[in-house]
Amino acid sequence: MGIKVRIPTPLQKLTKDKEVVECEANDVKGLVEDLEKRYPGIKTRLCDDGGKLRKFINIYVNDEDIRFLKMDQTPLKDGDEVSIIPAIAGG
Amino acid sequence: MSYVKGLRCRECSRHYPKEALFVCEYCFGPLEVGYNYDKIKEALTKDVIESRPKNLWRYRELLPIDGKPTDGLNSGFTPLVAAHNLAKALGVKELYIKDDSVSHPTLSFKDRVVAVALSKAKEFGFNVVACASTGNLANAVASQARAARLKSYIFIPSDLEMTKIVGTLIYGPTLVAVEGNYDEVNRLCSEIASKYKWAFVNINIRPYYAEGSKTFGYEIAEQLGWKAPRHIIAPCAGGSLITKIWKALKEFKEIGLLDGLNTKMYAAQAAGCSPIVNAVKENSDIIKPVRPKTIAKSLAIGNPADGYYAVNTVKESGGWAESVSDEEIVDAIKLLAETEGIFTETAGGVTLGATKKLIAQGRIPKDEVIVVSITGNGLKTQEAVIDKIGKPIKIKPSLESFEKLVNA
Repeated sequence: MGIKVRIPTPLQKLTKDKEVVECEANDVKGLVEDLEKRYPGIKTRLCDDGGKLRKFINIYVNDEDIRFLKMDQTPLKDGDEVSIIPAIAGG
Repeated sequence: MSYVKGLRCRECSRHYPKEALFVCEYCFGPLEVGYNYDKIKEALTKDVIESRPKNLWRYRELLPIDGKPTDGLNSGFTPLVAAHNLAKALGVKELYIKDDSVSHPTLSFKDRVVAVALSKAKEFGFNVVACASTGNLANAVASQARAARLKSYIFIPSDLEMTKIVGTLIYGPTLVAVEGNYDEVNRLCSEIASKYKWAFVNINIRPYYAEGSKTFGYEIAEQLGWKAPRHIIAPCAGGSLITKIWKALKEFKEIGLLDGLNTKMYAAQAAGCSPIVNAVKENSDIIKPVRPKTIAKSLAIGNPADGYYAVNTVKESGGWAESVSDEEIVDAIKLLAETEGIFTETAGGVTLGATKKLIAQGRIPKDEVIVVSITGNGLKTQEAVIDKIGKPIKIKPSLESFEKLVNA
């Protein structure tokens, strides 16, 4: 059992239209690398040129915003659920 | 005829067609409506605007619809009140209240954005509209959707003020109270919006919806005699309104309706939810989300979508930002009622409270034109003041009983 990752619509073209994919990683940074291995091209969409997560993407680990946790160092374990969600909504 | 060129990413400038899109597929930046300002300049003169009915559609060339406006035909053009008593109380020369507490039909500035969102949603052919709301938007969507014969789904945090719930349910929408704060509601709605083909006004219709807020800015300039004030204070929740007021003034300058523009924009938030104010004060490029704790529930967005742009607006215009405690919010609500006879909701208390502080700090000088943005009505947030305004005095139905009271 790996980590379940919910993929936002704009990136589902890269995941062969899959809304949810499975990954293996120890933290959020590692998750991005693992996603890139499985779905090449996804990293440049999630991260800017400096390798930092783009500012208009929110990532949640088990429903908690990683900015309330340890950002991209937030640890992950098997069974965790990660959601990647566009930040531009609401207000 | 339409003056809309299409959508463009605010971050990476990629172009998109005018469809129900809101986020850049490449970098996740927000999409914004682009206009043909040269054509608008020819069509939209002061005379043309002044000849039209007094509602927000008098600026229709600068709004993102292709056909005729169909919704909110009586919304907008709220009073700009010359607030002499309040000016005196604050020790300033010239102060105005832009008063959307009397907006038609649901008593908040959200009537503006919903008017545009629903007109656009119909152009796109949607027959279900939806929103994530802290209350005012819920009222506006429920009301205008009903009048437009559209089905509506409205999502709110479950701890909302009773009046805002009643003011939504009366129109018969499907009202979903989510056990969580607004940011959690918003996140859920983002997931729902990607699955259901509905017009979520502040998600997939957001680029169009948000443009409605510009009319608040256009009206201020027109009502001041085609002049922009020196200072505008606006409340911030998601950060869109302040950004759009600023955009409105810049557009008016671009199409020649304003000679100059030296307005400073100020952001107001509650101390219990001030990610935008914090970023301005710390001169930070990052908006750090917060968990809201404030009586100003309509502003309780801890993760503001337009936070970056709100901060940029403040910086670019040379303004500043201030936050106020719950107690200061209530004091300011009372001050506005006692000086100008205007009862505003907690968000208005935030805006006026912040204005008061900015004047006291000398950030806003006393001899320049100030406009305070009042965006909602006090009848909707009575819980905030009910224990702080005294009680009616009970008497017997006799003259004796009354005279005992007046002579006491």
